[in-house]
Amino acid sequence: MSQAEKDRSMQLQKDMIGAHFKRLERAPESGEKVVYTFVPGNLTELILSFGALPVLPEVNALQSGLRGKSREYIAEAEKAGHSEDVCTYVKCDIGMMKKGNISPTGTRLPRPDLLLLSYTGCYTFMKWFELLREEYDCPTVFLHVPYQGEGKVTPEHRDYMVRQLRDKVIPALEQVTGRAYDEDKLRELLGKSRTAEDDLVATLHAAKHKPSPIDSLFGAVYYVGPIFSSFRGTQDAVDFYAALRAEVEERVRLGQGPVTPEGQLDEQKYRLVVEGTPNWTSFRDFWKMFYDEGAVVVASTYSKVGGLYDLGFRHDPSDPLGTLADYCAGCYTNLSLPSRVQLLVDYIRDYDANGFVINSVKSCNSFSAGQLMILREVEKRTGVPGAFIESDLVDPRYFSAANIKNRLESYFQMIDARAPVSGRVGVAA
Amino acid sequence: MQRASIIDWASSVYEDLDFGAARAWLADHPGRMACGFLPVYAPREIVWGAGMLPVAIWGGGDRVEIIKGDAFYQSYICHLPRSVIELGQSGKLDFLSAMLFPSTCDVIRNLSGIWRMLHPEVYVRYLDLPQVLDASTGGAFWRAEMEILSRELGERAGMAPDAARLREAIGLYNEVRHVLRELYRVRRERPWALPTSELYVLIRAGEVVPPQVFLDKARAYLATVEASDARPKDRARVVVVGAFCEQPPLGLIKTIERAGCYIVDDDFVLGNRFLTADVAIDGDPWQALSDAFITSAVKSSVLYEDDPGGKRALIAAQVEASKAEGVIFAAPSFCDPALLDRVMLRAGATAHQIPQISFRYAENTGQFQPFREQAGTFADSLKLWGGAA
Repeated sequence: MSQAEKDRSMQLQKDMIGAHFKRLERAPESGEKVVYTFVPGNLTELILSFGALPVLPEVNALQSGLRGKSREYIAEAEKAGHSEDVCTYVKCDIGMMKKGNISPTGTRLPRPDLLLLSYTGCYTFMKWFELLREEYDCPTVFLHVPYQGEGKVTPEHRDYMVRQLRDKVIPALEQVTGRAYDEDKLRELLGKSRTAEDDLVATLHAAKHKPSPIDSLFGAVYYVGPIFSSFRGTQDAVDFYAALRAEVEERVRLGQGPVTPEGQLDEQKYRLVVEGTPNWTSFRDFWKMFYDEGAVVVASTYSKVGGLYDLGFRHDPSDPLGTLADYCAGCYTNLSLPSRVQLLVDYIRDYDANGFVINSVKSCNSFSAGQLMILREVEKRTGVPGAFIESDLVDPRYFSAANIKNRLESYFQMIDARAPVSGRVGVAA
Repeated sequence: MQRASIIDWASSVYEDLDFGAARAWLADHPGRMACGFLPVYAPREIVWGAGMLPVAIWGGGDRVEIIKGDAFYQSYICHLPRSVIELGQSGKLDFLSAMLFPSTCDVIRNLSGIWRMLHPEVYVRYLDLPQVLDASTGGAFWRAEMEILSRELGERAGMAPDAARLREAIGLYNEVRHVLRELYRVRRERPWALPTSELYVLIRAGEVVPPQVFLDKARAYLATVEASDARPKDRARVVVVGAFCEQPPLGLIKTIERAGCYIVDDDFVLGNRFLTADVAIDGDPWQALSDAFITSAVKSSVLYEDDPGGKRALIAAQVEASKAEGVIFAAPSFCDPALLDRVMLRAGATAHQIPQISFRYAENTGQFQPFREQAGTFADSLKLWGGAA
C-alpha cells in the first residue's frame, strides 16, 4: 500500500461539521430553533427552509462510538433502567444526554425545540422519541411513512405522507419557528439537493471500475455524511460533493484505489458487497481486517439508509412535498426483505463482486431480523458465497475482534478456493 | 356445559400445534380457506367477512422443539419468529392460504418478507397500522388499507368484497368483544372464581376457532363462573404488563398465581381486545372499522403515544381500574416494544407509588422457580406493607 493522505473533501466535511456544531451550541443565544430528527426519512430541506437546525441522534451516537464514549453512555442508560436487550444507539443517546449532552465534537448540544419523528423503516425510532420527549418535554410531530411491504410505494401511501406533511409537520414547524411555510425556499433547497445527489451517485458508481477508487462502506460512511445529515440542500453540500466527485474521478483516471488509514489500496483481491451497518467502536480495526486482505467494498446497503439515490431517485423541486414523501418511503430500511435481497443480487452483478458479507448488529432488528434468510437467498441466486459476522453498532462489549477476524480470514480463503480473482483491471459492466 | 369440560376443550385446542380445530372447520366447509395472522392486531372482521377463518399464530410456546427456526435467526432476536418459522417449515401451517403480519415491530415486519420467500403460494400482507390517530389522515389511510385487504383476500377466497357480509362479521366480533369484556370484568371483580390460567387457555382457544364456537364456550364458561361459590383467598392483586406479543408459557401464568397473586388485568393476547368499544354495524363497514380504530384502539406499545403524559399515566389508570396493588412487568427477552416502553411505564408507576417488579421470559421458558420466588416475595411484600395507594 502507498502512503496515506487525507483527501481535501474530508477536510471540507470536517469544517462543515465543526461549524454546524458550533452553531448548534450558540442556538440558545442566537435564537435559532433546533429540530431533532432521524437519518432515514430526514426532512432536512424542509427543516432548513424554516431556518431551523437539524440534530441527528443516530449520528451523535455513532460519533460517540467512534470516539470511545459510547461504553460510558450506554452504562449510564442501563443504570437508569434501560434493558441490555435494546438498541444501543438509543442508550448511547440517552446516556449522552444524562451526562450533559456534550456533542462528539466537544460542544454542548442544545435542547430540541421540536422532535420531528419521521417514522421510516425502524420501529425503535418511535420509542426513541417517546423517550426523549419524557426528558425534554418539548413538542413532537409524527410522520408515519408506510413500509414498502408490497415492494412498492402506492399512490395512496404517497398521498397519506403528503397529507401528513401538509397538515401536521408543516404547521408544527411553523408553530415552533414562528415562520410561515415558504415553498419557493424549499424548492431552492431541493434543487441543491439534486445537484449534490448527482455527484454522490457518480462517486458511488465509480466503484464499478477496477481497481475501485472508493471503499463503498468504510469510505462511503464519510461520503454520505453530509447528505444523510444536516447539509442536504445547502451550498456546502453541493461544494463538498463536487469536490468529492472530482477527487474520485481523478483516482479513476490514475487507476488508484481508495485511501485507507494505512495508505492507498490498489491491489484489490476481493470485491465485496456488504449488507448491514458498520461497527463503530472498532471502526478502524474492522476496516483493517478487510484492507489487510486486499478486500474492497464495492457496494453496501448501509450507505443507502439515508436514500437510494443510486437507483435513480432525485429530489424534485417541482413537487416539493411529493418528493419528500418519495424520498422517505424509498430509504433502504423501508424496503421489504425480498426487495433487499434483489438489491444485493443486483449489486453483486453490477459491481462484479466476488463476495458478499453481512455484518449483523445486535442492536438493529430493522436490519438484522431476516439477514440469515437474505444470506441464503443471495447465495442461491448468485452462486457467490456469503460471510456472516456479528457485532454491534456502538456497544464495545459485542465486538469480538479475534472472532470476526477468524471468520473473515476463513471466508477469504474460501473465495480463493472457489474462484481466485486477482490483479483485474478495467471497467466492469 | 361443565366448567371442567370447557377448560379441557380449551386446553386441548390451545395445546394443539397441528391446529386440528381449524383444519376440521375447513374440512366441514369445502372450498373455504383460513388466514393466519401474527400478533398483535389484525382486523379479524375483514378476514371472516372475506369468507376465511382467522387463525391467530402465537408461535409454538414451550411445546415445540426449535430445529429449523434457529437457522433463520441470530441469538439476539426474540423467540416467537423462530417458532413460527418452525411451524411453517414443518408443515403445521400448510392449511393457511393467507398470512397477515401487523406492524408490531421490525421482527414481525421482516418476517413478512421471509414468509413471502419461503411460502410463495400463500397470500402475504404486511399490515401497517395507522400511527396518526385522527380520521382525516390515519383514519383515511387505514380505511384504504382494509379495503385493499378485503379485495385481495376476497380474490383469494373467490368472494368479492361485500358490505353486508362485512357488517355481519362486525356484529359477530362485537359479540366476541362483549364476552371478552365480561370475562375480564368478572375476573377483575372475583379473581378467585376466574383464575387467569383458565381464562388464558379459553381466550387462546378462541384465537383459532370460528367466532361462534368461542362465543358458545365462553358464555357457558361465564355461566359456570357466575354460579361458582369460590371464596377469596389472601392474595395480592396484580396487573401483568408487557406480554402482548410473544406469550409466556402457561406454566409461568400458573406460577404467578401459585405464588400468591391474583392477576386482575393483563395484556396477554391483546389483539382480541384491541378495539375497546363496539364497532358500528350501520353505514360503510370499512369506515366503521377505521373509526373504531382511531377512537378506541387500546393504548399499547405498538402504537405511537401522542399524549406526552400518556405513558406515565397508563399504569396508574390500569391499576386504579382493576383495583390492583402492584404491577408485574413481564416482557419477552429481546422484545423492543415491551422493553423500550418499560422504562416509561415503570417511571409512571414509580411516580404514582405503585409497587412493581419486572422480569423477562421467553415463550419456551421452562424453569419457573426464579419467577415463583420473585412473584412470591412480591405478593408477600404487598400483603405485609401494602400496595398501590
